[in-house]
Amino acid sequence: MDTNDRYGDQRRTGRSPGRFRLVAAAGAAALTLTAGLATPLNPAPEQARAADDGKKVLTVAVAQSVDSLSPFLAVRLLSTSIHRLTYEYLTNYDPKDNHVIPGLATKWESSPDKLTWTYTIRSNSKWSDGKQATAEDAAWTFNKMMTDEGAATANGSFVGNFEKVTAPSPTKLVIKLKKPQATMTALDVPIVPKHVWEKVDDFSKFNNDKDFPIVGNGPFILTDYKPDSYVRLKSNKDFWRGAPKFDELVFRYYKDQDAAVSALRKGEVSFVAGSPSLTPAQAASLKGEKNIHVNDAPGRRFYALATNPGAKAKNGEKMGDGHPSLLDQRVRNALFKAVDRKAIIDKVFQGHAVEGAGYIPPRFSQYFWKPSPDQELTYDPEEAARMLDQAGLKKNADGRRVGKDGKPVNYRVLCHATDPNDKAIGKYLQEWWGKLGIGVTLKCLDNVTDPWLAGEYDLAFDGWSVNPDPDFVLSIHTCAALPATPKDTGATDNFICDKKYDELYAEQLAEYDPTKRADIVKQMESRLYDLGYMNVMAYPNAVEAYRTDQIKSITTMPAKAGNIYGQDGYWSWWSAVPADSGDSSDDSSSAGVVIGIVAGVVVLAGLGVFLAMRRRATADDRE
Amino acid sequence: MTADAASAPVEKQGAAGPVTDGPAAPRGPRARTTTAYLRYVAGKLAGAAVSLLAVLVTSFFLFRLIPGDPVKFMTGGRQVSAEQLAHYREQFGLDLPLWQQFTDYCGKALTGDLGTSYQFNAPVIDKIMEALPNTLLLTGTAFVLYTLLGIFLGTRSAWRHGRLGDRLNTGLALTLYSVPSFWLGLLLIVTLSVGVGPLPGLFPTGGMESGGEEGFAYVLDVAHHLILPVVTLVAVEYGQTLLVTRSALLDEMGSDYLTTARAKGLRDDLVRRRHAVPNALLPTVTLIFINLGRTVAGVILVETVFSWPGLGGLFYQALSVPDLPLVQGLFFVFAAAVIVMNTLADLIYPLLDPRVGR
Repeated sequence: MDTNDRYGDQRRTGRSPGRFRLVAAAGAAALTLTAGLATPLNPAPEQARAADDGKKVLTVAVAQSVDSLSPFLAVRLLSTSIHRLTYEYLTNYDPKDNHVIPGLATKWESSPDKLTWTYTIRSNSKWSDGKQATAEDAAWTFNKMMTDEGAATANGSFVGNFEKVTAPSPTKLVIKLKKPQATMTALDVPIVPKHVWEKVDDFSKFNNDKDFPIVGNGPFILTDYKPDSYVRLKSNKDFWRGAPKFDELVFRYYKDQDAAVSALRKGEVSFVAGSPSLTPAQAASLKGEKNIHVNDAPGRRFYALATNPGAKAKNGEKMGDGHPSLLDQRVRNALFKAVDRKAIIDKVFQGHAVEGAGYIPPRFSQYFWKPSPDQELTYDPEEAARMLDQAGLKKNADGRRVGKDGKPVNYRVLCHATDPNDKAIGKYLQEWWGKLGIGVTLKCLDNVTDPWLAGEYDLAFDGWSVNPDPDFVLSIHTCAALPATPKDTGATDNFICDKKYDELYAEQLAEYDPTKRADIVKQMESRLYDLGYMNVMAYPNAVEAYRTDQIKSITTMPAKAGNIYGQDGYWSWWSAVPADSGDSSDDSSSAGVVIGIVAGVVVLAGLGVFLAMRRRATADDRE
Repeated sequence: MTADAASAPVEKQGAAGPVTDGPAAPRGPRARTTTAYLRYVAGKLAGAAVSLLAVLVTSFFLFRLIPGDPVKFMTGGRQVSAEQLAHYREQFGLDLPLWQQFTDYCGKALTGDLGTSYQFNAPVIDKIMEALPNTLLLTGTAFVLYTLLGIFLGTRSAWRHGRLGDRLNTGLALTLYSVPSFWLGLLLIVTLSVGVGPLPGLFPTGGMESGGEEGFAYVLDVAHHLILPVVTLVAVEYGQTLLVTRSALLDEMGSDYLTTARAKGLRDDLVRRRHAVPNALLPTVTLIFINLGRTVAGVILVETVFSWPGLGGLFYQALSVPDLPLVQGLFFVFAAAVIVMNTLADLIYPLLDPRVGR
């Protein structure tokens, strides 16, 4: 210790060039760190308004990586949304109420035997390289998907029932089916230019991300892409429906949602969607902000409690180990009657959701169904207790209900560890069902697929995003979707196999009259509700936010109260009108420049002193 | 500081020199030392090669333990036919028996082919090379800064140890070292990026570039984006180097040769810089190489908070599928970097300190 103190004293009395070096080192670090600040070229992110060249740029914060820019491979929401913007589909959905409207096809008709569909292709749609978009392009796209496994990767299911596709003339597309299919006006397949894509060798490897701009005929043209940095599009001035109002649309990556919200607050981006939604806390923090509008829109998802129906494979073999008591419909209905949906909306979703009813969310008004008052399983724990008594689940001396095997009933509820809503509602279930005398074990896993596919659960938190055409979400509850054997995996969601439901499913798929088909779909929803295997608790809202000083107006879908990001169609970005207010963040960037220059000068001065000291020191102290 | 490090071998060898390489025996011992060193090198290289092979094998089996079916994950939420599912399995080679998948994997890996990513339909090596430069830019810059800062402050701290400056220094370093990096990152974003009160937003909120810049403007743009993530990394990482340097230097401070140096009339600053620090630097060198190996692995949390398009984020995405070829490839590259750096460190030690490797 003494020695150190001595050194200390010596240091205090002696010269201390160290201090200069400290300053210099700090200065050097500061120089590195402020280099960017001193840029008069400061690539100010506040670019949503007029950029240097007067371009109006709309910047959207996204988090999801692009899986592929090839329409034959892409399945993620961001990538398919980009394809919506860059390629036309045969049909589109009306932003007001989701009904089918013309896209690349102007009209369509089916033959009396329901097996031949004839589409008239518009003659005013041009590819961005100047060539005309024709029925030949559409026929080539579908044929490629039917004959090339690689090209069927993403959208192969759309052509599974196609017999033959031809283009007798540039404006006429004919599709022959194997059996009737009502979804022929909902073929969500990007039509690509044949003259560009026929040069592709291997569709399973071609990602369409090398040659920009990418030839398309949608409202925007893809001009640049850097993985996990940005996707850049420019408006297609020749788009047949009219050019978009913004000159450029940029999807920029913010992998962290709080950072994305900060970027919105700063004005670096014009829009934040969240994935899938802003959290209640983020929405609340943005609500009071000037120039920011929070769009709390009805979502397209349902959030349900699925019940294991005694999972079986198609060959009749039993799968998994679902609790036998759940095979009794009274038990399933009783459990749901003891779930307080209103509390879930208020406490868990903090108001950012709508109470659940039928299978299809209310935004799809055509197909939305609500249980009648006498059919509805209202929240009534006492009635639930009575129903459980009737079903034979009597309470034992400890107040716990016992099953037929004499053991207390305890349900395993499968939950996604990554979803805070699952966990919170799981806790409520433990409380609510605990009062009924039923135990709940929450099994929260990062990856629920293994026990799920094996049928090793009693109940599970479930949810799907619904398309304007409900065929897919209906199909996953048919017997045909079950796995062939317990070793296989099927498209089934929850192993439901109900004869009546299946009959209705087949009926709606062959019904070409929209109103009649919607009626059948509603009957299916009613059946599903009564069965009690899919208990929809809520329709979570899509909470998103945008800057009103950058976006003056934007179309939501459905128009009255709808979302902006991930619409079925290109409506939001195509319709967005730039705000013409002045750039309010000018001061900040110029302040940055000033601070940067000052820091730079200080650092340079420090460096000069350091070098001078250093030279003297080395000259003085040779050993 | 680099000058100090460079002078280290001279100092140490000078001190130890006469013992081994006596001027009386110019050839024999020298040759023996060289052979010993070569044998040492061969041993280390062989060890590294075995480790690399072990990593190659481990990475194949390790990630097959992750629950979840890649095909099911990738087709989840959309309509797929049984044929499509079968096609996916065949394309990914998941329909083959495990041993065959393993031999295929090994055969390809030995020729430098790490396979094709399931989710991106692109060669794994391409995806890695796409993100590697970004990660190296971020972690490399941070590495240089936190190492220099750590050594600098660690030296000062030890030299004046027990005093207020030392206590403040180590206290601050320890505090920052224990701060979660994502939290610090978010804090910096909220204050320096968005701006608080009169303080304007000075830095971009995230990403590596604004896009559309070229030439020098692009370099400045990237530098601008680099600042906050680097500051975050330096803040949470420099403490380690500081503490190691400090304790190593404290061990040296009582040594006689320092008294000798002072007796020669050298300034205290020079005693520290030329004599004490080079000898105390060995543990720090170990740490430097460990950190250098880690720079490749990226920093998942900081990359996420600042939306930096690097390997950390790629690894996270690969794990969530699981995108087996991509996780295997990344794991191999990460592990290989650490192994290579450790081997390098092993090879350099005998040059820094002749006692090692004899």
